[in-house]
Amino acid sequence: MIALLRKQRYFIDYTLGTMMRHKGKSLGLLSVYTLIIFMLASVMLFSHAMRSEAVALLANSPEIVVQRIQAGRSVMVPADYLQRIGKLRGVTEKRGRLWGYYYDPAVKANYTVMASEQDQLSITDIVIGEGIARTRGLSIGDYLTLRSHQGKAFSFRVLRLLESDSELISSDLLLMNPQGYRQLFGLDESLYTDLVLSVRNPREIQKIAEKLTRLLPDSRPILRSEILRTYESLFSWRQGVMLILLLGSVLAFVIFAWDKASGLSAEERKEIGILKAVGWETGEVMRMKFWEGVIISLMAFLIGYLAAYLHVFYTSAGLFEPVLKGWSVLYPRFQLTPSVDGLQLATLFFFTVLPYTLATIVPVWRTSITDPDLVMR
Amino acid sequence: MLIELTDVRKAFNQGKPNEFWAIQGITTQFEVNRISCLKGASGSGKTTLMSMIGCLSRPTSGRIRLQDRTISSLPERFLTQIRRHTFGFIFQRFNLIPGLSVVENIMLPAYPLGLKASRLRGRAERLLEQFLLADKASNPVEWLSGGEAQRVAICRALINDPQILIADEPTANLDSRLSREFMALLDQLSKAGKTVLISSHDPVVFDSPCVDRVVELEDGLMVAGER
Amino acid sequence: MLNPAILALLMVSVLVSTMLLVAAAFAFRILRHWDIQSGSELQLRLERRTYLVSTLLIWAFTFEFLSLLLFIYNAEALSGQFVGAMCATGVLNLNPWGWPTLFLKITLFFVAAIWLLLNYLDNRGYDYPLIRFKYALLLLALPLVVAETIVQWLHFTEMEPNLITSCCGTLFSADAQGVSAEVSGIAPANSILALAISGIVVIAAGVWVAMRGTSGWLLSITGAAAFVIALMAIISSISLYIYEHPHHHCPFCILKQGHGYVGYFLYIPLFLATALSLSAGFVSPWRKIVSLSQTVADVLPVISWLALFFFLQFYLTSAWSIWSSRLTMMEVWW
Ligand SMILES: Nc1ncnc2c1ncn2[C@@H]1O[C@H](COP(=O)(O)OP(=O)(O)O)[C@@H](O)[C@H]1O
Ligand SMILES: [Mg+2]
Repeated sequence: MIALLRKQRYFIDYTLGTMMRHKGKSLGLLSVYTLIIFMLASVMLFSHAMRSEAVALLANSPEIVVQRIQAGRSVMVPADYLQRIGKLRGVTEKRGRLWGYYYDPAVKANYTVMASEQDQLSITDIVIGEGIARTRGLSIGDYLTLRSHQGKAFSFRVLRLLESDSELISSDLLLMNPQGYRQLFGLDESLYTDLVLSVRNPREIQKIAEKLTRLLPDSRPILRSEILRTYESLFSWRQGVMLILLLGSVLAFVIFAWDKASGLSAEERKEIGILKAVGWETGEVMRMKFWEGVIISLMAFLIGYLAAYLHVFYTSAGLFEPVLKGWSVLYPRFQLTPSVDGLQLATLFFFTVLPYTLATIVPVWRTSITDPDLVMR
Repeated sequence: MLIELTDVRKAFNQGKPNEFWAIQGITTQFEVNRISCLKGASGSGKTTLMSMIGCLSRPTSGRIRLQDRTISSLPERFLTQIRRHTFGFIFQRFNLIPGLSVVENIMLPAYPLGLKASRLRGRAERLLEQFLLADKASNPVEWLSGGEAQRVAICRALINDPQILIADEPTANLDSRLSREFMALLDQLSKAGKTVLISSHDPVVFDSPCVDRVVELEDGLMVAGER
Repeated sequence: MLNPAILALLMVSVLVSTMLLVAAAFAFRILRHWDIQSGSELQLRLERRTYLVSTLLIWAFTFEFLSLLLFIYNAEALSGQFVGAMCATGVLNLNPWGWPTLFLKITLFFVAAIWLLLNYLDNRGYDYPLIRFKYALLLLALPLVVAETIVQWLHFTEMEPNLITSCCGTLFSADAQGVSAEVSGIAPANSILALAISGIVVIAAGVWVAMRGTSGWLLSITGAAAFVIALMAIISSISLYIYEHPHHHCPFCILKQGHGYVGYFLYIPLFLATALSLSAGFVSPWRKIVSLSQTVADVLPVISWLALFFFLQFYLTSAWSIWSSRLTMMEVWW
């Protein structure tokens, strides 16, 4: 048993030496391999982190949102719907929300405007996200002028900036006093954008939603769990699409690896011939080459994954910025919360190490069956 | 260790139009503790025969026995296991791996045995001393002269302490002085209990006084040396 | 469903099938032409090719094993995306292909373990005595691999995101119908008793086989029985203690983070132990072959001790989960 382990150590030593002697070739392979892992890992880490952000965001949102549907379109909800709901068992809190979008022609972008009660804003105060502050060049104490529904200009003073762990969602957010909101958009007291209900026990949510549709036939309850589910499948679908796009490069890499493994120089071929002649067995040459694969894969995986991790979480996926920037003018300068996931690591392994291994089996075997008496001729 | 060959034949490219029988039926024995020499023109089948005896390849038909074990029907995996404990090889070209040091080259055949590193190293150093190469141990093999390279090759052949040494035209790349020195070394080894099988068409070798028996091959057949 | 893990699983199964098809084509040639006594070039080529094919198969079976783990892990992870799915059970229930995929993967795991062990033995006999047998066995494994690929393909492609599925609460409930319900309905006292007895029997058998170096089939039979009883015990009682809930019988929820992933510590030793025990029965018959008798004598005790080690690990983990549980089953025990 110990002899077996020592034998493997000799093989590893030997293959490390060989790799050092053929530095150019090993480095070439290693860098391409690392690059592939870096790209795939970046995509996976990035979309996984985005999903985690979204899920974290939803964690604080109410369990049920009630919209009103009229002629198939969602419209403002009358305030008396809150009374019509009355007291439902299991509902711990219910309130109306006011929110909407404001198009700012100056920066050609939409702000998400929300009325906020817990911030105790006065009617002329606003709180804005970093994205708005950046694009409009605003800081605390500055004034932002918005046009009301009648064309009148309203000036608001920036009370503070929104700071949030995930700038992703708060970037384009603008919070104001509910009264200010109603005046800006010309909305009277009897209307809300939608209603939200908090439910403590998740088992009761389905029941409550059913009751709501009975009480308010023109309403549509949206469950948080449903949104979560949609997000989950949306994000994993997106990841899948990106992977398929990257599969082409994996294939190219496989061909490259195959080529590298089979394109032995005369010198290398002779080396194997000598090993076979002095007493190495086909299986042992294959074992030695197997360790070479393990070392290369391990190094590529570690370096590539680490680089991707730094890329996504410390440079905020800087390389993807040009692609993602197309999304919105108010591009969030976000800092994603680092998260690593076992399933993702396993998947990455299957998409990189497995194809590499398969691509090298046949060339390695071809090399290893070199006739031991070849060096005698 | 007695080597016994019974009607050994070897074909290349069997079943193809260029089928070629390199060995066409050889029956003989090689005895322990002797230096036997295969003599013959280039292409007469010396290398082919030695590689079959040395478990490097298998005869197409016929039987080879090593002591009381039939080796001619063993698959490569087991041939190799026998080979590395029983045979040491010295090739016409020295076949050292460039880029490795002298001592690393010598230890190569022992890696698959999984010996303890210190023991292996000790063995290699003792051999180097015996062959007056101790000061060259960590030099790269590219720096060696022809005679030194030959001696390194002998050390490599001896690292697993084999009973039989096989040398295929070992003097082809040496001048006549070095060739004689080489033969003297072989004589020493034979006196120390090794069996030596050597192939050559160099008179320095087959006319050397230390050779006990000369077998002559021609076109894959034995033409002289039968006892 | 276009999710990276699913793509990986589909890719692996297609690759493994291809590898096995290649190996099967070679198996036919071996069965027809193999003649160890001959030194013909055909024979030499075949011998060289065995290195390639057995390497391919070692990898194929390794990937297959990893894909079993990934499949279960992925089913757990997918459960968030389907209405009604709380754990892997819900995802496997999504369509009629889920459970067959899992069972095929498990069967393949055992077949692969046996095959790899035979391959190991064969490579140690100087005349490759098992070569025909092992390649014939491979031909039997091929349909399983292909079936697994097809069934898994159907399972993943027929996943409708808006399907409403039923989960462990309904499947593993004593009031429902079918095998799962009957297993869930076994009285915990009985199942624990059976588990203890099977444990003692399998360990006794293992020690016997390891000491005597013969009759590996004894370990195979008792090991297989211990495996089935262990699974039943997990469903009918061990899970209850882990969930600390008197009616939650799911064999998958124990894989969740919430329960410290204890399921993996139960299943991995159990499956390894069972695979080793099953292989023991395939090792000992070759004792009479001259070229293998030494290897069998060396290997059989090692396999048996390893199997026992993993069984013991499983039993200790189970005992520990029951011991450290806050669930007391008054009405059941007394
Ligand atoms: N791999 C091979 N394929 C075909 N012919 C070969 C092969 N190896 C050797 N031969 C032929 O076998 C004959 C004997 O070769 P060899 O044993 O090397 O002769 P020697 O060593 O006496 O010079 C030669 O004619 C050579 O061409
Ligand atoms: Mg020659």
